[in-house]
Amino acid sequence: MSNLTVDIPSPPLTGFTLPLMAVFAGGFGFVVGNVFAQPLIGFLVGALIGAGVALLAHNMPRSRRNVRLGLIVAFGLIGLVLVGPGALVAGLLIGAVLSWAAYWLDSGRYRSTVPIYYTAGQTLWHNTFLFICGLVFFFLIAPLLPVMWLSFNAENFFTFTPEMLNFEAEGYSLKHYRDFLGTDEWMVPLKNSLIIAPFATLISVSLGTLAAIGLSQSHVPGRQAIMAVLISPMIVPLIISATGMFFFYAPLGNWLEANLGLNQAFVGYVKVILAHAALGVPFVIITVTATLVGFDKSLTRAAANMGADPVTTFFRVQMPLILPGVISGGLFAFITSFDEVVVVLFVGSAQQQTLPWQMFTGLREQISPTILAAATILVTVSICLLTTVELLRRRSERLRGMSPG
Amino acid sequence: MSNVTDATAGASGPIPRDDSSEAAKAENGPVLAADGRPLKQTLRRTLRREKMRALALIAPLLIFVLVTFIVPILSMLFRSVENQIVQNTMPAAIQELQAWDAQGTAPPGEDVFVALYFDLFKASEAKRHTQVGNRLNYEQPGLSSMFRGTGRDLDDMGEEFQDVFEEIDPAFEEAGFWYELLSGENGEALLEERRELFAAMNRSDMAGDVGFVPSAQMAEILPWTTKAYTDFAIWTALEDNDVVAEEEPWEAVYAALGQDLRSPETVAAVEAYSGPWSTTLKAAAESRGQLPQDSFREMFVASDEDWDGVEEWRTISLYSPPITTGYFLNSVDLTKTVDGIEARPETQQIYLTLFQRTLIMSLIITGSCILLGYPVAWLLANLPLRTANVLMILVLLPFWTSLLVRTSAWKVLLQQQGVINEILVWLGFVDDANRLILMNNATGTVIAMTHILLPFMILPLYSVMKTIPPSYLRAAKSLGATNWTAFWRVYFPQSVPGIGAGSILVFILSIGYYITPEIVGGTSGVFISNRIAYHISSSLNWGLAAALGSILLIVVLLLYWCYDRIVGIDNVKLGG
Repeated sequence: MSNLTVDIPSPPLTGFTLPLMAVFAGGFGFVVGNVFAQPLIGFLVGALIGAGVALLAHNMPRSRRNVRLGLIVAFGLIGLVLVGPGALVAGLLIGAVLSWAAYWLDSGRYRSTVPIYYTAGQTLWHNTFLFICGLVFFFLIAPLLPVMWLSFNAENFFTFTPEMLNFEAEGYSLKHYRDFLGTDEWMVPLKNSLIIAPFATLISVSLGTLAAIGLSQSHVPGRQAIMAVLISPMIVPLIISATGMFFFYAPLGNWLEANLGLNQAFVGYVKVILAHAALGVPFVIITVTATLVGFDKSLTRAAANMGADPVTTFFRVQMPLILPGVISGGLFAFITSFDEVVVVLFVGSAQQQTLPWQMFTGLREQISPTILAAATILVTVSICLLTTVELLRRRSERLRGMSPG
Repeated sequence: MSNVTDATAGASGPIPRDDSSEAAKAENGPVLAADGRPLKQTLRRTLRREKMRALALIAPLLIFVLVTFIVPILSMLFRSVENQIVQNTMPAAIQELQAWDAQGTAPPGEDVFVALYFDLFKASEAKRHTQVGNRLNYEQPGLSSMFRGTGRDLDDMGEEFQDVFEEIDPAFEEAGFWYELLSGENGEALLEERRELFAAMNRSDMAGDVGFVPSAQMAEILPWTTKAYTDFAIWTALEDNDVVAEEEPWEAVYAALGQDLRSPETVAAVEAYSGPWSTTLKAAAESRGQLPQDSFREMFVASDEDWDGVEEWRTISLYSPPITTGYFLNSVDLTKTVDGIEARPETQQIYLTLFQRTLIMSLIITGSCILLGYPVAWLLANLPLRTANVLMILVLLPFWTSLLVRTSAWKVLLQQQGVINEILVWLGFVDDANRLILMNNATGTVIAMTHILLPFMILPLYSVMKTIPPSYLRAAKSLGATNWTAFWRVYFPQSVPGIGAGSILVFILSIGYYITPEIVGGTSGVFISNRIAYHISSSLNWGLAAALGSILLIVVLLLYWCYDRIVGIDNVKLGG
């Protein structure tokens, strides 16, 4: 840190840090003041506090940690005293942001990410740009957070109760999770999803892997056209696929029931599984083909040279190398089926109601925050899946000798 | 130098051998492979075997996708023009209707109504008349109730004839009388013809033994009666699984006999007839004055006066061909009239607005995805790999999260009692009484879908920007370009393929979106896909749903083709 301060000169206090901090904190003050219907007073008080923080940071550059801690606690307490326990968190946050900003400006670290020759304007633009990107990341992730928070709501509301905001224990409960795990209304759809998705995945992965291997050979007649057909389920909008499948699968199901004497529920599952398998195919093709691009063909020739037959070569040499691609393709296919609503809505009957279908119905009729519990569980599942895919991708790159990302 | 001479000496060595091998080639034909076949042939064979092996590996999936995906799509395309139901349900009436002048002001004549009566009677036995009514109702409201109501009165119309015949001779009540009168020889062709018509209407093959063959002689004397009785026999034997000779015929058969006896030629033929039951038949012919004298047209109009309406008949006539453009015209707010294609009345125009809204909102969503995605992709592409990978998780997490979860998140956020409104009210920026309406309108759809589709923009942009060397920008700046010039003239043109790929992907995905607009779109924020779903599940106008879907599909395929030209389908990447 001392190295940094040596390289980058500390900016002047009165011409730079102090006014900037005053305006910055004034902005916070304006917002807080607005809560009490006194935005102007809020702005003035905020500006004064900002100036004070800037002075503090400028005069005590060495004890940065203690000063920041003190400021955070102080702001938290102000929030607690002025409004209540809910504002404690807000206060802590404001304290953290203000003290960080003061040190960031005062120590000149705002220049640490730009080349030394940048002008003030360029530095300002660069930091604004980073701020904008931060906002976009916030936009991507933040919407998921209230869902998780609200899923612990003790009331049957989609909104925060005062108890929740004040962090009182009675505002929170696991009741929606109990509803989710304890009622047929949610468990039957979950079971259906867990029946349909694995079978659909199995079909698309096994057929898709074979086809991807075929497509990766050097001489495939009509490769472009075949690829276009195989990728089409991903490109054609779901509503169109669903409409087409609705017209096609309904008579097919009736025919199966009438001519082969199959059970209605069984036929229903078969229809949905086939439809979902078709939707999952493109993902398997894309991921497995991508893995095969880096595949060294001389390995199979070497295996053949040493006397392995094609089947042995496939399972002992090729398969272990493309396995990461196959698994992540399978995960894509799984999530496609597990997450799919439109097609199952049109093709399936009430017996095949899946989890997303149940959520969709719930959202349309707005029944209960149990949906939010389900959503939180699904987010957790997708985090696990994402981790798996990332790990597999890195493993695949390592196996193929590429630099691990 | 010695090397050179050595080389020349060495080179001179093989020359005679080359000569000799060429001589050998001239003697033995082309170069041979190890097994003695010509090398060219062996190579070609190997290549062919390789191709076959590759195709054999692809074939199972290709067949699977063709059957489970492409065929359903084609069946949708077919359904968007298919209109066999009118023709199949009332074939005779449609044939008679050909002679009617649709541009005139008079409703069709008696011939059409007679044919319609027997067609509809048959259809109502099979419960198909309401379907044709529903089909025509899409084109002109009111036709459904016309068909439904008259369908209930068909039996009564026939009973008026039946009562009179049974008064004339009680033999008319007996099943055996009819069977003996009308069965005979050489009527197989008529039976098969009626069977085919029945099969087309009932959409089943109607195969099996009827246990009745109409008499060719009776078919000439009593044409309507024989046809009606044959229809009755087919239905009784094949659908009700009863014995034809033991069942009392439909009311329509009595009506048919009544209709036959209205023609003087038939009466003359009956007088000359001398087969079984000729006396009964002659008695009926003599007392024909007692039969109801109302024409079928009068009976239909008495049942529902709309049967006298020219507009109704024009609709039936316009939508009688087995292939129709009607659904497609309807999808673009046009309608068929006897004078050609016209615009629908203002109040019924909805689809062009919807298509337009779908396109505009998809463009807005694509635009906002570019605006939000470009900086992020730039940042990810220019950060050190390790940091970029951590940040990439923030992009991939929403990508991997269930669509329903993200949609419910936006519902929680955007509602009037939702998180955003609550915060704004608490902060005092929005009055409690005037909460922002962020949901159930176009705003809600645009916000939620931008969030949902943003990863699809960032990922292709990122993969393109990864390939642009950062040194180009530095070079531009060192040559005196300002930041803006360097970006706009050097970096941006190279990132255009990424923008193109991402935009087309986002645009394709958004114009077909259903779930999110349905939940956060209300009425003013819904897309054409919501209308398709409505026609599939609520209004049951499947043909129109298929036509709307086909138009959407064509737009998407065009875009898909562009995408293929810009990036190539092989280069689609998932998850960076």
